[in-house]
Amino acid sequence: MTAALLEVRGLKTHFPTSSGIARAVDGVSFTLERGEVLGLVGESGSGKSVTGFSLIGLVDEPGRIVDGEIRFEGRDLVGQPTKELRRIRGRDIAMVFQDPMMTLNPVLSIATQMHLALEAHEKIGKEEARQRSIEALARVGIPSPEGRIDSFPHQFSGGMRQRVAIAIALLHRPKLIIADEPTTALDVSIQAQILAEMKALVKEFGMAMIWISHDLATVSSIADRIAVMYAGRIVEAGPVGQVLRSPRHPYTQGLLDSLPTRTSPGEELAQIPGTTPSLINLPSGCAFAPRCARANAECAVIPEEVYEDARRFRCHHPLPERSTP
Amino acid sequence: MTAFLSVEGAAKRFAPVLTFGDKVATWLGAQKPPRTVHAVDGVDLFVERGAVLGLVGESGSGKSTLGRMVAGIHVPTEGSIRLEGMPVMSPGNRPRKITTRVQMVFQDPFASLDPRMRIADTLAEGPIAHGLTTRREAMAYARKWLETVGLDPDYATRFPHQFSGGQRQRVAIARALAMQPDLLVCDEPVASLDVSIQAQIINLLMRLRRELNLTLLFISHDLSVVRHLCDRVAIMYLGRIVEEGPTPEVYETPRHPYTRALLESVPRLEIDDDVDVVFRPIEGELPSPQNPPAGCHFNARCPLVFDRCRIERPLLNEVGNGRLAACHLASPDQAGPNLAIKPISG
Ligand SMILES: Nc1ncnc2c1ncn2[C@@H]1O[C@H](COP(=O)(O)OP(=O)(O)O)[C@@H](O)[C@H]1O
Ligand SMILES: Nc1ncnc2c1ncn2[C@@H]1O[C@H](COP(=O)(O)OP(=O)(O)O)[C@@H](O)[C@H]1O
Ligand code: SF4
Ligand SMILES: [Mg+2]
Ligand SMILES: [Mg+2]
Repeated sequence: MTAALLEVRGLKTHFPTSSGIARAVDGVSFTLERGEVLGLVGESGSGKSVTGFSLIGLVDEPGRIVDGEIRFEGRDLVGQPTKELRRIRGRDIAMVFQDPMMTLNPVLSIATQMHLALEAHEKIGKEEARQRSIEALARVGIPSPEGRIDSFPHQFSGGMRQRVAIAIALLHRPKLIIADEPTTALDVSIQAQILAEMKALVKEFGMAMIWISHDLATVSSIADRIAVMYAGRIVEAGPVGQVLRSPRHPYTQGLLDSLPTRTSPGEELAQIPGTTPSLINLPSGCAFAPRCARANAECAVIPEEVYEDARRFRCHHPLPERSTP
Repeated sequence: MTAFLSVEGAAKRFAPVLTFGDKVATWLGAQKPPRTVHAVDGVDLFVERGAVLGLVGESGSGKSTLGRMVAGIHVPTEGSIRLEGMPVMSPGNRPRKITTRVQMVFQDPFASLDPRMRIADTLAEGPIAHGLTTRREAMAYARKWLETVGLDPDYATRFPHQFSGGQRQRVAIARALAMQPDLLVCDEPVASLDVSIQAQIINLLMRLRRELNLTLLFISHDLSVVRHLCDRVAIMYLGRIVEEGPTPEVYETPRHPYTRALLESVPRLEIDDDVDVVFRPIEGELPSPQNPPAGCHFNARCPLVFDRCRIERPLLNEVGNGRLAACHLASPDQAGPNLAIKPISG
């Protein structure tokens, strides 16, 4: 059996701060097969972006990976020299950010930026680079790309800019694309366009994708599997439909219940009491315990991961499995 | 019968702001000087007392500008805004807001609170100026409103940075309520909050509405939040209202092609692993409010467009059951429940 495309084991990425160590990612494990789409969800500050940055070796100073493995095609990326990571980044693994200007340079034309991105990983002439870039722009739904490739980022709308960033990420047909809230800042109609295009591209290229989002509906419509993060840990993961139909972790259930679409109009929404904990002073056991209706004394100890078929969760008192209607 | 809030023929145009570069370019003979922005383009809207009206639309459609005109922050370029028949703004060439009965809550709870002021002072400042409380009673007054929005009254002595995002939004709501308004304009009050906190604020607004008999104009781009909270909904597209009516009916049987397309582009929570979700995006891009198309603003993206749509502006007409739509295909003389609007096949 060949190794999974990506296998993350016990990943810990911490940030030393003046008031203590922020455990942004604290023991995250997951596996991603070729062509698979994993949705990584959780509220703000739960460590989704830091997980993504860790995978491509772009953790901000003073943060660093303090433990764990990131096996990409069997090879551990943790501890690889910067030069090697740079070689992998952009070619085998690419990232798309919520703000496309994290990818784009405002003072260079799109043509120049795409040429540079191509040159970074292969020898390519100017004309060929231009042709490849135009094709890439067309594939992400930019109308008349020949006429627009010489424009600058500010001449595009937000949605079009995000498409350009996606086109650049896809230039080398990476095996893995990490998309960090790429549609969060966009309107629903543009979000739907980009979701449709991403879904088609992933299929066409056989790429694997990690789709990071705080929005369960978006994730449910694009991902095969879902991983729910809370305070730096994955508290529940599994096939997206199974998890959303019958969540086992009380936090997943709480997230679902607070969605207005799951309650009749005008009815009071279920609230998760309290707020997310500080990553510097995490409760010693299950980080969700202070907000959890099912918590008792046992929860003062970190729950081990429980595996059941394709699913797993970390909870001492999981919700019973709901039989399919 | 006059409606509680009536907006009639309201328009807001922003004059082009010429940058130095634009000026040089125009001076050098550039072809296209920046044009006027038609942010709100002839809007009629009526809201009953105690009702909650949702105003939805994509960014740039003019929701905030309309909300700010209602709240007396922007002066309409044309048209009138009245509360029980009384204008919100004074007439004349230097119009001022002349009522405290309308207050506004903004999206960004941090930017809208003064970081150097204690919460008590933030809450009491306006009410003291308008004689709703006195300096001596200010602390008690502030505590009362904090309690109303579900915060510990002892927070009155804190500063904004000592609060989480959800708490700050409660403070912003308390500040608006302390002016004892009848109408509250909420501009995307939950857009920057996590879902679990969003649920807390939505519950709070539902409770306040009941307890204080408030009328709400609730601006949002989130269709599911609006469905939950609002009795009626108005859909905006490029400065105009294209459809208005009772929320359940509008969501179930949209009468305007844009409403239908917008509703279909919202991803749903898909819990069936065997369903391969098909996205139905709206084709094309939003035209620029500096250069809106003639006729129906939606004509370039509408699957049902015909010649008349490119020439004549469709008016917001009655289409039955207290519903309004601005589409040439949705006039009342074309009887039948779903008119000629066919489902978008897929
Ligand atoms: N550059 C940084 N310096 C210090 N702490 C950081 C930095 N980046 C992230 N963190 C910490 O990591 C936590 C998780 O952040 P992030 O991964 O961005 O969350 P999410 O993407 O889920 O909203 C944050 O709450 C913060 O405490
Ligand atoms: N103060 C202003 N000056 C110039 N243009 C403005 C101003 N405020 C809003 N606009 C423009 O008016 C249009 C409508 O904006 P807005 O009311 O904020 O829409 P929404 O709230 O629906 O996103 C946009 O094109 C916006 O750029
Ligand atoms: S008026 Fe015409 S273009 Fe506008 S929505 Fe109706 S059919 Fe479409
Ligand atoms: Mg993030
Ligand atoms: Mg706005």
